Formats: sequence, structure tokens, C-alpha cells
Amino acid sequence: MFRAAWRSLVQHKLRLVLSSLAIVLSVGFVVGTFIFTDTLNKTFTDLFGQTTTDVVITPKSDFEGSGFAGEVATLSPEVLDQVAAVDGVAKAGGAVFADGVSIVGSDDVPLGQQGAPQFGSNWSDDEDLTPYRLIEGEGPSADGQVAIDSVSAEDGNLAVGDTIRLVAPTGEVEAELVGIFRFGTSGNLAGATIAAFDTATSQEILLDGQEGFTEIDAVAAEGVAQQQLADDISAVIGPEATVVTGEQAADDAASDITDALSFFNIILLVFAFIALFVGSFLILNTFSMLISQRTRELALLRAVGATSGQVTRSLLGESLAVGAVSSVLGCVMGIGVVYVLRWFFGNFGLDLGSTPLQLEPRTFAIGILLGVFFTAAAAWFPARRASKIPPIAALRDDATIPAKALTVRAIAGAVQMLIGAGALIAGVASGGSSGASLVGLGVLLLLTGTITFSPVLASPVARGLGWPLPRFFGTVGRLAVDNASRQPRRSAATASALMIGLALVTALTIFASSITASLNAAIDRVIGAEYIVATDTQRPYPRSVANEIEGLDDVAVVSRTTFTQAQIAADSIDPPTGDQEPPTTFVGTVDPATINQVINLTFAEGTIDDLTDEGLIVDTTTATNSGLKIGDDVTFTFAGGSGTYELVGTYEPAGFFTGYSITNQALENAGVRIGDTFVYVKASEGADLDMLKAEIEQVLTSYPGVIVQSQAELKEQVQSNVQALLGVMIALLGLAIVIAILGIVNTLFLSVLERTREIGMLRAVGTSRWQVRWMVILESVVIALFGAILGIVLGVVFATALQRTLADQGIDVLRVPIPALVLYLVIAMVVGALAAAWPAYRAARLDVLRAITTE
Amino acid sequence: MSVTSTVPAARADTLSKIYGQGEAEVRALDGVSVSFASGRFTAIMGPSGSGKSTLMHVCAGLDDATSGTVAIGETDLTTLKDADLTRLRRDRVGFIFQSFNLVPTLTALENITLPLDIAGRKPDPEWLDRIIDMVGLRDRLGSKPSQLSGGQQQRVAAARALVTRPEIIFADEPTGNLDSRAGAEVLGFLRESADTHGQTVVMVTHDPTAASYAHRVIFLADGKIVDDMDDPTADRVLERMKGFDAKGRRS
Repeated sequence: MFRAAWRSLVQHKLRLVLSSLAIVLSVGFVVGTFIFTDTLNKTFTDLFGQTTTDVVITPKSDFEGSGFAGEVATLSPEVLDQVAAVDGVAKAGGAVFADGVSIVGSDDVPLGQQGAPQFGSNWSDDEDLTPYRLIEGEGPSADGQVAIDSVSAEDGNLAVGDTIRLVAPTGEVEAELVGIFRFGTSGNLAGATIAAFDTATSQEILLDGQEGFTEIDAVAAEGVAQQQLADDISAVIGPEATVVTGEQAADDAASDITDALSFFNIILLVFAFIALFVGSFLILNTFSMLISQRTRELALLRAVGATSGQVTRSLLGESLAVGAVSSVLGCVMGIGVVYVLRWFFGNFGLDLGSTPLQLEPRTFAIGILLGVFFTAAAAWFPARRASKIPPIAALRDDATIPAKALTVRAIAGAVQMLIGAGALIAGVASGGSSGASLVGLGVLLLLTGTITFSPVLASPVARGLGWPLPRFFGTVGRLAVDNASRQPRRSAATASALMIGLALVTALTIFASSITASLNAAIDRVIGAEYIVATDTQRPYPRSVANEIEGLDDVAVVSRTTFTQAQIAADSIDPPTGDQEPPTTFVGTVDPATINQVINLTFAEGTIDDLTDEGLIVDTTTATNSGLKIGDDVTFTFAGGSGTYELVGTYEPAGFFTGYSITNQALENAGVRIGDTFVYVKASEGADLDMLKAEIEQVLTSYPGVIVQSQAELKEQVQSNVQALLGVMIALLGLAIVIAILGIVNTLFLSVLERTREIGMLRAVGTSRWQVRWMVILESVVIALFGAILGIVLGVVFATALQRTLADQGIDVLRVPIPALVLYLVIAMVVGALAAAWPAYRAARLDVLRAITTE
Repeated sequence: MSVTSTVPAARADTLSKIYGQGEAEVRALDGVSVSFASGRFTAIMGPSGSGKSTLMHVCAGLDDATSGTVAIGETDLTTLKDADLTRLRRDRVGFIFQSFNLVPTLTALENITLPLDIAGRKPDPEWLDRIIDMVGLRDRLGSKPSQLSGGQQQRVAAARALVTRPEIIFADEPTGNLDSRAGAEVLGFLRESADTHGQTVVMVTHDPTAASYAHRVIFLADGKIVDDMDDPTADRVLERMKGFDAKGRRS
């Protein structure tokens, strides 16, 4: 039996190419993602391995926070002296290293990627104690000198000898660029920028002038083990600091970065799985068609004594072989995918250097197992059907597998859809995290239910969609519609592949529009200021900005706000979190005297006037979820300080303005001094707004990276950020959609082969080549539209459910962008027509004589 | 009919069709000259590999000749491009094949009018009526091919061949897949269309009984016309065929 399977495989190899391609592409994506992630891990493990000293001592802080400059805990110089005096320490050095110093490029634009840290540091010439490796110039040794990483130098077009501008929370600094360095072997640190100063300057800029260090590094003397030395140091300096071995520190540092990047890994894998799932529909269709073409051959095998189990096994054997070959090719392609991913992340400033690709056996095992599993699982359904072919079919002329009625499919599909819809509605109604998982279950069941049910819909929907075709294309249109609805299972499986992709694209599009609309509505509703001053990365900037703006004419109110991360003491909120890590949250700070003039808050209890430097306000949703009542005390631990605040007011959630808020002064009293993040500017009555904006911009010329935006500009920025994210998601879904298109090509091509004689006959009785082409193209368009409509309807349902579930998280507006959905339909039609190009060409070129005489 | 009786419905002149080259060369047709008179039912007979099907395919414009000329009416097929050939097949030629003759998704009536529908023309209702009566399928017009018997399917195909009032109908083993009764019905119908409507019919067959329905039988062997018989009977045709078998077959 195996030989029979192998023979037929070779014979039909061309027909399997397209479905194999689907497996190759998706396995390639999976494998590429794993190799990329492994290489990334290796890069950072190596990087920190080479750049970390034997023992690393850091200040023990209750909470590390986001690490913005100004909220960094330090070790005093005395600790450095103590460490240096420990037996077994060859040498020790103090490092200053904190986020918040942006380097301004030669075009006056701050360097660095959105969201990536911008580190400031002190410089050390001792390569045993520092990860910096000078590649040009010299290290900074005096006030007014700076060295920067080589990627920043290149991106910013900055050269040794230039006077460059840097922006720190304390204000702008001008310094002479004296050196350019690499971080170990890498051009920079995972996309972050680094600016290094002499130690005194770095302490001035980053630590508010404290003569401390954020880290002390010790090098062991010859023959002293890392762990031993760490224990000795720990014994000397006591519990005030955390002492770890260099090995441990390197692992921690690397895993911090790779954990942050693993988000991308998961996203990529999700999209790879979607592609595999879609690809399995192609396999299913291909095998169904191959089996129906070979009905007589299989019946003959039965007639000469093969059992039905042998027939099924031989077909499964075929699918295993196809799956294995495609998966191996997919593994090879995965290596190509890595280079694409490298390039993609390279655009975000992530320099992966020269680390060789990490080809773990695990990666290829997963790739091949997935590819073979999906192929075999998809082929199992048609293979089982093939086993029902009766031996007598070998003797009959019109041998076909008896078509099972669609009743079972209809019932199974309808049941899934009903349960799915029920779960969706229940999930939306109950809300919260249990609601979200119900919604997820509902989405999944609706999707599988629709796939199961779709053959029942295929014929009526195809006929409905196709009704105008005979009017415009005559008999050719009629035949196209007939062909599209003739094999409902096949059309439905082909359309389902497209449906999945379009459902996701539609849901994402609607959700993105809804986010934009919700935020825009919130901006209109909440912001009472004409202008908002912020950086585009939402990091704090110097307070002097607001001081200068306050001095401008025509300014009525300037209100400062910022936010920071904090831990809430477990006993402050209900339900308490017990032994777990205390929950982390953002705490906003406001100026209670002016905030109500620029932000429209509606208080449920208390007023803004109740907010003192010992007080706290919170939105009503958070208050309910955390079980907080007026008069309760809440303790926050910030990076660099802590405080306890009494709840004095609750307000209705106001779009992006939600959560806990204390006063600016309160945060400063707690020992955390950071800049402003959002400053709201309200103009005086009758002021010339354009002129005011120009004046603010004039102030901001000395603060690169800080921008002023009107409400309209803020909305535009929100929109463009959301659109950019949507674009990336749709690009990733592109793979699944490409595979769905391959599926259409595949189905049409095999259908054309199957109908060779019919097409030959049509040609013989006078159908022109173009008419044959149109027949195939229109069939394709009908199938593509069927898939697109199902997908868009599902997408609308999914997005609506998602929006309703998240309504209390600020996504309170549902916006369905009809033009975008219409565009998707049109694109689906065009794609359908394009997918038909090759099969239609083949059909039109069929040799008439050979077509009608083929047995 | 626009063609006068002096011009044959179709004519071939020193027609040759050669497959392969050198050692592998096969002369399917070897200098065949023949003309099919208008309004007559002609059968082409011969053993397997005699070139009878090739002759029909070339005359019908489905295949091209290696040398020689073919004309339908006064149109020389050897100079026509695919689009013109398609139009010719659609408007001036009718076909009946051995099997797989109908579009499975269309009803019997829709299959009959298919060539007109493709051309975007309306059928002449009176003519359509007469054809339907002639093939005797009035009560099965709404049926799909899968619901019709083999003989009924072949009668639908014959009606389709007639519906455009073609100058000539080519039938390739039209009774090859039918039992003798159903075959007789189809053949009787072809003869009747020639006798009562002056329809020219050319039929390829290897069955002497089928050939006996024709006005004239042409015998082919090894790519050459070896005999020509008017008003055949099954016995005379069978007798003649035995003579070829005695000479042995080549493929």
C-alpha cells in the first residue's frame, strides 16, 4: 500500500505544489520566529556576559519603577570604599546609569526609538569595570564632554569634535562630543541610546547631584570565585544593598530585555498559527479533490482486496509525506524569515550584531511536527471519506464518492454558532476578566461554527451573490455561478480560508477605529485646555518648560501633570493580594488648584478642592474594583520613596484620564522628583491662539523632543499611532491572506482540471477563449466574495463584542468604518479575479480536441 | 439553407496528418480527398487507428492538418485563427460526442440552447419546438443530465447540435456508450433530420449497424480512403469490414 501511495504522490506532485506552499510558508514563519528569538537571547546573554564584572552590587529598593531619572536609588561613595577594601576584590568601580537623557541629532531631532530607553551614564576608562568600548576619540573626563554609542552617532550624524545637545530631566545640556563607543560588541544596547559623561557630571544630571552610584562593580582577584566574593561583600556592606554574581547579573539583564521582546515572539507565533490553520484548509481541499479524481483507482484497490483501513492509511501516508517534505522546506525558508525579521527589527534600532543564527534542534522539531500534524489532520477528513468508496465503483463509469447530505454539518455548525453567540452575549453582559474569557470562547466557537456551517450557505449565498452575473455576462455568468455553488464543501473550504483572514482584519480595523473614536471623544469631553505640551514618547521633561510658558502673555492657566509607577501596599486595597507581589499601578499627579480648569472631571464624591498633599482621588471604576471608600488610606511605594494618602474623592472615568491621582507636591514630598509629563495650557479670553502657539514653540526650541499640540493635533497623533499599529497587525495577517489566495488559485486550478472535458465541450460548441476565462474568473470572484462577506460579518460581530467588553476601560465608542469595509470587499473581488488569472488562462488554453477525447 | 446543392457542405483535399518524426512517424491521414454532400448523412468507417476520427476532427476544425486543405461551405479552415474557428463552430457546425456531452449544471432545455446562449442569441421558438418534438423530450426539459438516461442525454446533445441550424453536424461515435435500442433512436433521429430537414450529418462509427442508417459510407484504412458505398445495409458493411480485418491491422 505504501508504494501505491508513493506512486500517486509523484504522479500528482504538481497538484500538491500549491498546498505544500501553504505549509512551507507557515512552517517557515514559525521556524523563523524561534530562530530569531533564540538568536536574540544569545545576543544579549553574550553581550552581558562579556560586559559584566564578577560581582554587581545594587541599592536595595522597595520598588524599581520605570527607572526614569530622578527616581533612582543610589549607593553612597562610602559603600564603594567598603567594597574596594574587601579581601579578594582586585578593583571596584561605581557606575551611574539611568534612563532619561536624550541625545539630539544634527537635525535637532532627539534620537532613539519610541518607547526605547535613553540612558545616561558615567564614563570609565577601565574596561574591566565598564561595558563601554571606545572606538573613536577618548572618554569624557571633564564637565562639558560627552561620549555616545556608535549607533546614535551614525543615526544622528554626529562626529567627534561636534558640540551636541542633550536633554536631561534637569534641562538641556550642551557638550563636546569627545568619544564614540560600542556596548560590548554591539553598536548600542537593544535599541536604547547611551550618553556617557564624566562621573561628576553624570551624578549632577542623573542623580540630582547626589554623590552616589546606581551600581558598584567589583572584579575578583586571581583565584577568587564569584560566589565567594559576593558572599564576602554582602557580609561587609550589610542588607542595604543587593549583591549578585556577575553571572547572575548578566542572566538577569539579558532576560529583562528578552522578556520585553518575547511579546513580539508571541505575536509572531500567533500569526504563524493563524497561517497554518488557514493553510490546512488548502490541504483539505487538495486531498478531497485528488481523492475524488482517483475514485476509480481507489475502488480498484478495494476490488483487488485492500481493506478500507488500508485505503485510509495509504492516503494518510501520502499526506504525511507531503507534510514532511513541506515542513523540511519550511525549515529552510525559516532561515530566510530570520533575515526579514532582523531587517524589520533593525528598523527599530535593534542592532543584533554578528551573533550567528541559533539553530536549536527544538526549533526544527517544532516546525516539522506542526507542519506534519496540520497536513495529516487536514487530510484525515477526505481520507476517511475515501474509505467509504465501494469496490463496485471501479466498474462504474460515473464513479463518485456518495455525497453525504449536509444535514450533519448544518446541525453541528448551528449548534456551535448558537453556543458561541450565547457565550459572546453572556461575556459582554458580565464584563471583567471572566467576561473576557467568555467572549474569547464565543469568538472561537462562532468561527468554527461558521466554518462548519459554511457549506450549507455556499450554494444559496453564491447564487445570491451571482444573480446579477447572468444579466451582465450571459450564459458564461450563469455557468460561473453554477460552478461556484456546485461543490458547496469545496467552495466553502476555499472561502473559509479567506474568511478567517478577513474576519481578523475587519475586527482589528473596527477596533482600531473605535479606539481612535473613543479617545477623540474623550479629548473633546475632558480636555479644557487649548494646548498640551508633552514629548512624543510620554517621558518627563524639565519643569523649566512650564515655568517659561507661564511667563508668556495670553496664557491664563498652566497646569502640570506627570505620572509614575508605584506599588500599592497589599493591605490598602480590597481584595488584598495576599502573598503575591503587591500590584503595580500608575499614579498620576496633578496641581489641584488648576487641574479643574484644564481637565473636566465629574466628581461622584468629594471635589477637587478636597485634594491636599496628603489626599488621593481615584476614578469610580478603580474604586469599585479595589474596594476603596472615601476616607480609606492607600500606601504607595514609588521608586525612591513612599507615602500614604487618604482617599478624598472619586470621579467618573474620563477617557485617558483615569486611575489614582495625588498632587505634584505630594510626589515631591515622597522624595521623587521627576519632570512634567503633560502640561496643559489654557489661553486667556480673546487671545490669538496661533500667536500663542508660535510663542510656545519658540520656548520649546531649547527643549528638543518636547512638542506642543492643539486638541486637533493630539487627535491626529492618536489616530496615526493607532493606524501604525493596525498596519503592522494587518501586514502580519498578510501571510494568512496570501495563503488563502493560494487556496483560491489551488481550488480553481484543480476544478479546471476536473472539468477538462466539460470545458472542451463548451469550447467545441462555440465558447470563445475569453468566455471560458470569464467563466473561471467570475467563479473565483463569487467564492472570494462569499468568504469576504462571511469574514466581514464575523469581524463586525467580534469587534462589537470586544468593544462592549472593554467599554468600561475607556473604549466606549463603537465606530464601524464602512468605507474601509467596502474597500475590503472590493479588494476581495479584485484578489479573487487575480487569483483566477492563471487557472483561467489554463482553462482557456486547453486543447479542445484533447480535452474532449481525454478519458 | 444558404449553401446551394452544387457546393458540398464540407470538403477535404489531399489531407495529411502526420504525428511524430522519423522512426516514430505515424501517418494518421495520408492524402485523403473527400467531400460531404449537402443534406446527406455520411458515415465514416474503419478499424481502430484507421484515421477516421482524425479525419472528422480535422474537417470540423478541432484539429489542424499537416498538409492539404479543408473547407466548410466556402470557408477554408486552414487559414482561420482560433477566434474565427470558435465562431465557425458556434454558428455553422454542430457536434455530438461519444460521452460527456452535456453541462451537468444546466437543464436539458438549457443544454439544447447552450450554443445560442453563448452567442447571445435568442432561439427561433418554432424551430426549437420542432426539434424538441423530434427528439421526444418535451416532458424532460427541466431535468438535469444526471436525471436522464444515456439515450436521453444523447438526444439532448443531438438537439443541441441542431438548434443553430448548422451547415453540418459531426458526430463522433454517438452510439458508442448506448444500448442498441437507445442507439437506434438516436440514429433514426439523425437520419430523419437529413431526410426531412436536409441536415448534413457526418458520423464516425465502427458499428456496421450504425453505419447502415447513413446514405453513404466511406471506408478508411491506414489513413486512406479505401472504399465508398451508397445506401449501405448492415450486412454489406460487415462484409466489407471483414475484408480489412483479413489484411491485418496496423496502429
